[in-house]
Amino acid sequence: MKLRYFAWVRERIGKAEENVDLPSGIVTVADLVDWLSGRGEEYAHAFDNPKVIRAAIDRSHVKPDTPITGAQEIAFFPPMTGG
Amino acid sequence: MTASIRLQREPFDAAHEAARLLRGRTDVGAVVTFTGICRGEEADAPLVAMTLEHYPGMAEAEVGRHVEAAQRRWPLLGVTVIHRFGRLAPGDQIVLVVTAAAHRQDAFAAAEYLMDYLKTRAPFWKRVETAREAVWVEAKQSDDALAERWMPSPGGRAAAE
Repeated sequence: MKLRYFAWVRERIGKAEENVDLPSGIVTVADLVDWLSGRGEEYAHAFDNPKVIRAAIDRSHVKPDTPITGAQEIAFFPPMTGG
Repeated sequence: MTASIRLQREPFDAAHEAARLLRGRTDVGAVVTFTGICRGEEADAPLVAMTLEHYPGMAEAEVGRHVEAAQRRWPLLGVTVIHRFGRLAPGDQIVLVVTAAAHRQDAFAAAEYLMDYLKTRAPFWKRVETAREAVWVEAKQSDDALAERWMPSPGGRAAAE
């Protein structure tokens, strides 16, 4: 599965994207954030306040309780500041 | 209905885009053209530059979804949205929204709706540089509140429009 990171999430993790093999048992976006947080200090730092992290599955906004089954690409980013 | 959505680095010509929506038509009675511009200060400090990061693919899709929602909600005859990305200087254009309708209430409302959603749901992130530091701009609660007022209320007030 492809993961993408933007803005300060990208800066803290140190990469814009990566491909990961997920272990079984990761059902929702929130589960994925928990798993990522455990991968290293840089991930823990990026996700230390999960409430401000937003996510998109296959380029559509999703809530933390959304299942990730079938997702091709999941992105994590801070609240948006476009316009 | 003509909808044009573009993401680009280059500046745009607002008058040219509005003229394109009108060309050959006599049913448009109102065109609203909104331009968002990079200001010269952020949190009381002079701005050196603003860099807009975006999520290619999702940004176009998300803007497209909101344009479609605006078309369902108001009888629009044309919509153009252009959003720039990359490094911008104070005074540079950031975003253009043009709406065309038979009557002004629809053109004004749709333009405001699209801007309120662009500020909160379109995947762009601003990084500003002042003389001292470079920081990510934080999303504003006031922008979220503006976007929320377009959502149907529990009593279904918006459905009465």
